[in-house]
Amino acid sequence: MHRIDCPWCGVRDESEFQYQGDATVSRPKFKASEEAFFRYAYVRENPRGWHTEWWHHVGGCRQWVKVVRNTLTHEIHVTGTPADKLAHPRKVKSP
Amino acid sequence: MSSQSNRLTKGGHINRANPLTFSFDNKIYQGFEGDTLASALLANGVRLMGRSFKYHRARGVLTAGSEEPNALVELRQGARREPNTRATMIELFDGLAATSQNRFPSLSFDFMSVNQLFGRFLVAGFYYKTFMWPSSFWESFYEKIIRRSAGLGRAAVESDPDQYDHSHGHCDVLVVGAGPAGLAAALSAGRSGARVILVEENPWLGGALNLQNDRIDDMPATQWIEAVSKELNALENVRVMSRTVLFGYYDGNVMGALERVNDHVAPPYSDQPRQRLWTIRAKEIVIAAGAHERPIVFDNNDKPGVMLSSAVRTYVDRFGVAPGKTVAIITNNDDAYLTAFQLHAAGIEVPVIADARVNPGDLVEKARELGIRVETDCLPHEAQGYLGVTNLLLQRSDGSLIEKIACDCIAVSGGYSPNVHLVSQSGVRPVWDEKILGFIPDTPIRAERSAGACKGTYDLAGCLGEGHEAGLAAAKAAGIAVAKSAVAPQAGPQPQSSIVAVWRSPGKGKAFVDFQNDVTAADIDLAHREGMVSIEHSKRYTTLGMATDQGKTSNVNGLALLARARGEDIPTVGTTRYRPPYSPVAIGAFAGHERGVHFQPTRLTAMHRAHERLGAVFVEVGQWLRPRYYPINDKETMTQAIWREADMVRKTVGMCDVSTLGKIEVFGPDAAEFLNRLYINGFAKLPVGKARYGLMLREDGHVFDDGTTSRLAEDHYFMTTTTANAAGVLSHMDYCAQVVWPELDVAFCSATEQWCGVAVAGPRARDVLTAAFDGAIDMSNEVLAFMGVKEFTWNGATARIFRISFSGELAFEVNVPWGYGEAMWESIYAAGKDFDLIPYGTEALGVLRIEKGHVAGNELDGRTTAQDMGLGRMMSSKKPYIGLPLSQREGMADEMRPRLVGLKPVDTKNRLRGGAHLVDDKNNATHETSLGWVTSVGDSPAIGSWIGLAYLKDGPNRHGERIFAVYPLKDEVVEVEICDPVFFDAKGERLHG
Repeated sequence: MHRIDCPWCGVRDESEFQYQGDATVSRPKFKASEEAFFRYAYVRENPRGWHTEWWHHVGGCRQWVKVVRNTLTHEIHVTGTPADKLAHPRKVKSP
Repeated sequence: MSSQSNRLTKGGHINRANPLTFSFDNKIYQGFEGDTLASALLANGVRLMGRSFKYHRARGVLTAGSEEPNALVELRQGARREPNTRATMIELFDGLAATSQNRFPSLSFDFMSVNQLFGRFLVAGFYYKTFMWPSSFWESFYEKIIRRSAGLGRAAVESDPDQYDHSHGHCDVLVVGAGPAGLAAALSAGRSGARVILVEENPWLGGALNLQNDRIDDMPATQWIEAVSKELNALENVRVMSRTVLFGYYDGNVMGALERVNDHVAPPYSDQPRQRLWTIRAKEIVIAAGAHERPIVFDNNDKPGVMLSSAVRTYVDRFGVAPGKTVAIITNNDDAYLTAFQLHAAGIEVPVIADARVNPGDLVEKARELGIRVETDCLPHEAQGYLGVTNLLLQRSDGSLIEKIACDCIAVSGGYSPNVHLVSQSGVRPVWDEKILGFIPDTPIRAERSAGACKGTYDLAGCLGEGHEAGLAAAKAAGIAVAKSAVAPQAGPQPQSSIVAVWRSPGKGKAFVDFQNDVTAADIDLAHREGMVSIEHSKRYTTLGMATDQGKTSNVNGLALLARARGEDIPTVGTTRYRPPYSPVAIGAFAGHERGVHFQPTRLTAMHRAHERLGAVFVEVGQWLRPRYYPINDKETMTQAIWREADMVRKTVGMCDVSTLGKIEVFGPDAAEFLNRLYINGFAKLPVGKARYGLMLREDGHVFDDGTTSRLAEDHYFMTTTTANAAGVLSHMDYCAQVVWPELDVAFCSATEQWCGVAVAGPRARDVLTAAFDGAIDMSNEVLAFMGVKEFTWNGATARIFRISFSGELAFEVNVPWGYGEAMWESIYAAGKDFDLIPYGTEALGVLRIEKGHVAGNELDGRTTAQDMGLGRMMSSKKPYIGLPLSQREGMADEMRPRLVGLKPVDTKNRLRGGAHLVDDKNNATHETSLGWVTSVGDSPAIGSWIGLAYLKDGPNRHGERIFAVYPLKDEVVEVEICDPVFFDAKGERLHG
């Protein structure tokens, strides 16, 4: 039952968004190796705690929103645009 | 009509001026407005209200609240029949009809009560023991018997006629429970100006306040409650929700609540929902959920007439009902003395207070002054009676019997368990408090705080003070400035009660711990002997606390008995974690309005009514309804209609609604470059006014989607996608444009529901459209060649015509603005009369494209590559695109992968089936020997037999060979000939007609 602060629309209900996975991987340049593309397509961390994710505001402005979320407590620390570099909180809160 | 023989002549918070008539097991009774079903039955002297789950033992009401484990009844009749409703929570209304459950043929005479004789087979874990062998008996025999003999009520068979709403609430401070602590919290937070929601499960406020004896701020409790209620209702920032239970504590301080909007009136309800499901978001939460009294575990402690002491007091105080004529009291703490005094004041005989404590304290003297006999160091031995209590046997703690007391009701107090359900749901582990013999909340994790009895504070002044402070603290934490001068409601001091542990009064009979699931003290010992030493294992093995009452009255007794068996203390054993829902919630409430046709939106094209007029049979394609075929009369079968439609398109002309295709308008100087990177084939050099078939891959190299994309201007493309992938393609494009290549100057938006489209296909297509558009557009080969695109004006609107073909015939697709769709359809249909035009549906569309070997959804199944489809030559070598790097992997480019072929049955009478597997040896058809599978099939008029598309290993090199299509589900084996996937007009001459 998240409420996500879309940088364009403000705080909106989770039901307007579509979870789109890990935002820490970025697409390699076309010239990159097959190995680099393999990692991009398939290899993901599965962190316990803070994680940077994509949430697509499909039911709103259709922008891809970067979200720093705790996979353990579901707490959302900060949101931003694709260009933003978002830091995780220093201390991981226990559940 | 029975008289209310046990109704006291005065007292109670009921409206004696409004008598209500109701029935229980078809017998008519009378009660009063303000009664619950339980209080009204007790008033009529009905003690027997149900049969237990496993042993079918006679049971009466144990409690006066939502923790009731025994008095579960079927409420209402017909489609509104609801099983397992708690008689203590049903507000009486005129005409209420309830029936007892889990009994046959009647409540007082139940055949299945012989289960008590077989009790030794029904002990803890009996499912795992008795019914394990032979395993084949499970489905055919054991399960049916268990379901019939156990089980509780019967659900209605008809669909629910009532409406259920969903609502959202937002507040600074959510207060759970409107007892003294909750009311004090709501007052202090509300007076501070915080947005407050106060939620109370019962229809009344006041919780466990004693209406006759408690005093707050020098007022009788009733007067204080009224004053508080008036003040709260006058505050605009406070919302009081009664008849509402908070059933779940979720992430983000979200609480789920169920409001019983109309359960207290006779159905049907006028234009209102029966119940409303609330999602409440609170900045801060005050939990003032009270405490549940627990029974004492002694032999036959489940006889009708054995009730919790607090419940006995409530029936006298709130409902003016005598639960019995002679009420014996057994206790291990002070609380039951208050019950004795209340009974005494109401003129009900109290033959004894049996107190387990050796030195109980001052209240003993007070009782004796009133003439009530008090026995100390005294425990119950056994309750006696057939369908209800007639005697109570008392004993000393050493097991020596004292005497038999005649009584028809036993009020039991085994102490209180703070209601830690919601706190536990929030993730807090409750901790044991030896002083009160109960679990209390540990330090909060979420933005919540407990106050009052749910925190182990039982005296009134303490509850009021804690509630007041919690309300202020919550408001402050929510960012509200609170006044320091605020004063808590005042009540007189009460002495602290002592309590002594009595987890099992000595005895050898059936002593129940969990009444709803029929778990006895012996079951817990047995489970322990069999190795269930963890409380979580014990719970699941014995089913203790797993019933709908969530172990509200049984949990602490159960784990104390396990601790005793383990020879350890209770904190070492610990408690299980509570999970939502706190109280049962009907599935209908979760479903809300989203059921039946409203389960998801239905999308209709602009031409839908035209299809209906033509008698179309529709098919669901995702959320869309599309015409599947158009039978010409009642006699024409689907197979015949499909065949006719496909045949007519090749012979004359047909029209088909193609509006559901995904449509995306792409603009910008970099639109060409953007599309070039999305599609495997080139789009940058596509001339303006031309369309091109395009194929997209996923990043992993598999085919994602296909469609025709046109260039309308240098910086304007019009893309189409498959119906199924329209949303996915748009999301993919959003990602590429926003995240991967933000430097590209491109903008796009969905236009699926802005443009509707009709495909007109067949040798007469040009004639039909020329007539339909009255010459508004020149469709000659010279002006509009194959793959040409033109815009024109029709009836004042911009229309687009695309000369593209999915059927292989001379064909056009015309798009007009959505609102013009039906008019366009009608114009074309009318113009087609002179040319033998027929409308065709998705099935004929499928046959036509299979004849041409065009891939569609069945072939784009997410596992296939462009090469697999025979489209490898489309993969550009001049530019990079999404999916290119990983499509070059060895396994992806392997020539031996299953690739697209056509199939024809050798015996043309045979039909083909989608999903059939292809093998060389029909006698050796296994997963390992499968060479591929059939994707699409159709009965082709043009070929004169069934035809199919399939993926086959090395398929393109095997044209002309014969193999077998096996379909084990129907036990079919068909010999087929492998051929080119393009069955019809391989040179494509018809396109250019």
